Amino acid sequence: MAKSDVKVLGSWPSQYVMRARIALNIKSVSYEFLEEKLWESKSELLLKSNPVHKKIPVLIHGDKPICESLIIVQYIDEVWSSGPSILPSDPHERATARFWAAYLDEKWFPSIRSIGMAQGEDARKTAIAQVEEGLVLLEEAFGNCSKGKPFFGGDQIGYLDIAFGCFLAWLRVTEKISGIKLLSEANTPALLNWADRFCSDAAVKDVMPDTEKLAEFGKMVIAKMRGAAPPK
Amino acid sequence: MKVEIPNSMAEVKLFKTWSTPFGARVVWALKLKGIQYEAIDEDLSNKSALLLQYNPVYKKVPVLVHDGKPISESLVILEYIEETWKQNPILPEDPLGKAKARFWAKFNDEKLLPSIWSAFTKEGTEREEAMGAALESLKFVEEELKGKKFFGGEKIGLADLVFGWLANLTRVFEEVAGLKIPDERYPLLLAWLQEFSEHPIIKDYWPPHDKLVIKYQALYEKFHPAK
Repeated sequence: MAKSDVKVLGSWPSQYVMRARIALNIKSVSYEFLEEKLWESKSELLLKSNPVHKKIPVLIHGDKPICESLIIVQYIDEVWSSGPSILPSDPHERATARFWAAYLDEKWFPSIRSIGMAQGEDARKTAIAQVEEGLVLLEEAFGNCSKGKPFFGGDQIGYLDIAFGCFLAWLRVTEKISGIKLLSEANTPALLNWADRFCSDAAVKDVMPDTEKLAEFGKMVIAKMRGAAPPK
Repeated sequence: MKVEIPNSMAEVKLFKTWSTPFGARVVWALKLKGIQYEAIDEDLSNKSALLLQYNPVYKKVPVLVHDGKPISESLVILEYIEETWKQNPILPEDPLGKAKARFWAKFNDEKLLPSIWSAFTKEGTEREEAMGAALESLKFVEEELKGKKFFGGEKIGLADLVFGWLANLTRVFEEVAGLKIPDERYPLLLAWLQEFSEHPIIKDYWPPHDKLVIKYQALYEKFHPAK
């Protein structure tokens, strides 16, 4: 398929965009990456392709847009079915992977963000405790899913690796800025090792943002958010 | 002699409440596929030990238990049901069709339902804003119904099951809170509400209107205490 048949509308800092790109890389699908400038005006193509949410990532395949990062990953898995599988084949394992991916998006990542947004030491401590509780659950989930293999998906990166691994850059930025280790030998030894393996994987390393660069971007975002309209 | 029971015939249990829309969507999926199941209606003020054991992360309903293994989160459950019992599919075969159905399911749960619930629970300008957001969301949903009987096309699909709570609850919200969502500006949605609620499988599991009014009236009073 010609490269221009597959486009990803996205932005380099976005963890959700990374999911789409990793999935395409796993399937060895060439694509054109169209960079949206976050915090500036949205492109015509983005507004046309995702009129409901006006958000990235959007996968454009042929001329059809697909939105929502995890939906995109499933789409990629189903379309390029001859490539390595992203979701497990067993329905119960698929359900487990989907459950934890939803947990990451709905509960865990919001708790990471609240560390950065926390005003005052108490709020910060509460936010950190929430993240750490989540990581304990995820460490256990890793044991159950990987069954001794290197990834949640087994021998290769799978759906839950992608869903979780995309947050590692922000997690490292949070560790750097807050001065605490969220992933550690003491509390999350399996996840600590998994994180390194994930980030060095061929499908991941070129799309994982550099921690320094992301930290600078993060500071800019926090400043803008704090300077935004007062909370209701 | 050990008898091998095919996985799909093993025991199915569903933990829910009598009224939860998230449970209703799972019941409808099970019934559409003709799957026998045991329903366990929980009292959320006194959750059973089994529920807490099966869903330790959220401690919520619904939870589907198939052959002793629990699955939580209604959208995850619906995908599991679809993949385990292949008859009467609720998702189309083509990946794009699947992606669209999943998109609308997520849209209901993350945008539409929360904004309608906000309109129900809030007052004054917050209520107005929530109503505004809900009506904006409904415009997109109305658009999606163009040329279709159901979101799934000719037959009920995943998105219908997920939006289905509207058919059951919007009259209740109108009666209790004066919220008219959707109103006559959404003719396709109104037609869909009718088609959906008259479908024999759907009608067969229908949290009763009068009981819902009592429940939501009590909730409304909690959120809007008399001054």
